[in-house]
Amino acid sequence: MEEFMPATRLVLSGIILAATVASASVWASTPAEQLAALTSQAGRPANPSAGQAFFNATHGREWSCASCHGAQPTKATQHASTGKTIQALAPGANPERFTDPAKTEKWFRRNCNDVLARACSAAEKADILAWLIGLTP
Amino acid sequence: MKKTSMLWQQKMALAQVAHAAAAIKNIANAIATCLLLGSLTIAPTALADAPRVPVAPLPRYTQECGACHLAYPPGLLPAPSWKRLMGGLTQHFGTDASLDAASAREISTWLQDHAGTTPRVMEEPPLDRITRSAWFVRKHREVEPEIWKQPAVRSAAQCGACHRGAERGSFRESEIQFPKGLDARFRRAWPD
Repeated sequence: MEEFMPATRLVLSGIILAATVASASVWASTPAEQLAALTSQAGRPANPSAGQAFFNATHGREWSCASCHGAQPTKATQHASTGKTIQALAPGANPERFTDPAKTEKWFRRNCNDVLARACSAAEKADILAWLIGLTP
Repeated sequence: MKKTSMLWQQKMALAQVAHAAAAIKNIANAIATCLLLGSLTIAPTALADAPRVPVAPLPRYTQECGACHLAYPPGLLPAPSWKRLMGGLTQHFGTDASLDAASAREISTWLQDHAGTTPRVMEEPPLDRITRSAWFVRKHREVEPEIWKQPAVRSAAQCGACHRGAERGSFRESEIQFPKGLDARFRRAWPD
């Protein structure tokens, strides 16, 4: 079987690569991309260990993020009030996590209000996400 | 002088029997009518143990409102309750459940369209809590209070702990199970 000419192969690869990159930016995101956006908003590098501390703290109120997501969110957990199953939050344990920026934003808005009675800053979100990305099941 | 001939006495006896028979027939008729009327009124409400025909869930409702708890069938609350709930999502039973305006509108409309209209549901429950409805309390009166607090059940809001068909809107008595992980000592208290 004849090999494709190297030039044709190169062109084909280029087209496929371009198509993949183009489609990816249109309909999905990745945890890394979201972290980059948050870090850029925060104006400083993300700090994963600060993220872990933040995630597990109750901030002077009743709940912490860990209350529903677990101290090491690499497994499914239960909602603290309703008992409903919550899938693992760490992207390493659940590939669906942090692939939809709107969904990320929505849940940060709600849950930071629950835990802290305020919005989380970009820096706080970046720290948390950096820590979550580093977790393996 | 009283007529005391045998013939007369026989006639009287027959007349009394006939009279009694007629009375029994009347009573039987009355009972039959009551049963018929009763069955016509009771049967529909007996079937209303669950929403008669589970409404096909709105995907947006399941996605947004089913994230933290069962996406409760809309027929379990009356329209005014749903309206209040959708208007107060930032303080939704102790949590922030706020939505973008478009989703909120879509879900609100659907809830209003499919809100419960059966007599027992029309009564707005305290705090708009399904589990505080008079019918809910009555239906679950045999469940020992302690069972609700056990980790395997967690709260009355977690229908699926006992109602196997809850996720598809079915709460038939035949589908009720002893909750997974509930300590066996509660079997005694389990209504069978």
